[in-house]
Amino acid sequence: MIDKTVAGTAEAVAGIADGSTVMIGGFGRAGQPVELIDALIEQGAGDLTIVSNNAGNGDTGIAALLAEGRVRKVICSFPRQHDSWVFDRLYRAGELELELVPQGNLAERIRAAGAGIGAFYSPTGVGTLLAEGKEERTIDGRRYLLEHPIRADVALVAAYRGDRWGNLVYRETARNFGPIMSAAATTTVVQVDELVELGALDPESVATPGIHVDRVVAVGYRPWIDEGRFVGGVDVNGSPLEQSPESSVAGAAR
Amino acid sequence: MTGLSRDELARRIAADIPEGAYVNLGIGAPTLVANHLPQDLEIILHTENGLLGMGPAPEPGRVDPDLINAGKQPVTALPGAAYFHHADSFGMMRGGHLDICVLGAFQVSEQGDLANWSTGEPGAIPAVGGAMDLAIGAKQVFVMTDLLTRDGASKIVAECTYPLTGVACVSRIYTGDAVFDVTGEGLRVREVFGEHTVASLEKLTGLTLQAPAEQGGSR
Repeated sequence: MIDKTVAGTAEAVAGIADGSTVMIGGFGRAGQPVELIDALIEQGAGDLTIVSNNAGNGDTGIAALLAEGRVRKVICSFPRQHDSWVFDRLYRAGELELELVPQGNLAERIRAAGAGIGAFYSPTGVGTLLAEGKEERTIDGRRYLLEHPIRADVALVAAYRGDRWGNLVYRETARNFGPIMSAAATTTVVQVDELVELGALDPESVATPGIHVDRVVAVGYRPWIDEGRFVGGVDVNGSPLEQSPESSVAGAAR
Repeated sequence: MTGLSRDELARRIAADIPEGAYVNLGIGAPTLVANHLPQDLEIILHTENGLLGMGPAPEPGRVDPDLINAGKQPVTALPGAAYFHHADSFGMMRGGHLDICVLGAFQVSEQGDLANWSTGEPGAIPAVGGAMDLAIGAKQVFVMTDLLTRDGASKIVAECTYPLTGVACVSRIYTGDAVFDVTGEGLRVREVFGEHTVASLEKLTGLTLQAPAEQGGSR
């Protein structure tokens, strides 16, 4: 019997070594595997290279990992945000190395790693500062840059539901990097809101087949979902709205 | 020289987007264009974090943190919407499947080079996101911008001095003063607003401009 489920997040991140390259799913806060990141902070691995679209929001998740001094290098497309103060401080202090990658090249480089592609030519970034040091080639009259795959030792991914074989479905735009990161890492660790019986997921809707997944841990529904039904009542950061109608409006508009 | 306000410009751009178009509206001012797309036309909005068929912001209390746009603001999904992962989303873009992309700009050159991701200031924290992918991906790239900076310098230039986002990628430039087509041999004035003429626009930009195709001789 195949059972990739683990009992808790500590077990899920066990064995991640110092110096690892760790992919972390999510676009901003949507799909960010916050419970797994918290477990990684607790686990203690350091000198990490993080691959993620952003470099942390507020003081939680990736930002907390950075603040703990566990990260040597960040590979991402968009570190600077209104709430990226942890990254901003460490980067300005010279304590973090940054590899800035256009978002589509980042996604395709991750996809290429999982798909066994040696390298590929992309038109994105031609003639810009981010083309420096890259091989350029003209194919059928169009200019391209040679881009190499990004592989990882570990991927931390958040999905909506999963089963013990590691089949996953996502919710809305929280899917973002989940399927491609799952395939690009040696060990893929997934947190799901709900673990379901084998056969309960519609095979037509599985976005990440279990072949790409090594460990699955259930962390429970998030505040805006009640037993699989969207109930709202939160702001875009997932924080509960105040009870009075006036403050609800203010919270949602922020 | 009263031209169009930001909102009027958004309406003007919306009027050039036909039914059936797949459209990406960049972060910032271009998102205003969505407010002016006619309700009775089926125009499909793409957001590069993984959604086609993006709808307006949700009602207060119905914000869903899993359903956001590329600017990380809460949105809704219209009937007929589809979700997909990031590599598929940028493949759609890079593969030339999007019809129109509307982007902001720091500078655009008369060859259609775009600079919109970095001012190149030393010490600034860089962030590129999907800007470079968008610039080279869509069949038509519309730029929405003011013609002049706050200091009165033209944002339409002979050569960009800010770091480039893409080379010869812009199709058309919409400003509150005029609309310009990138022809491959300089810029052609497509439409003027307020009391502008080709001559007054040449004075503001310092560039030689071609007169509108069908209304030649307006200078």
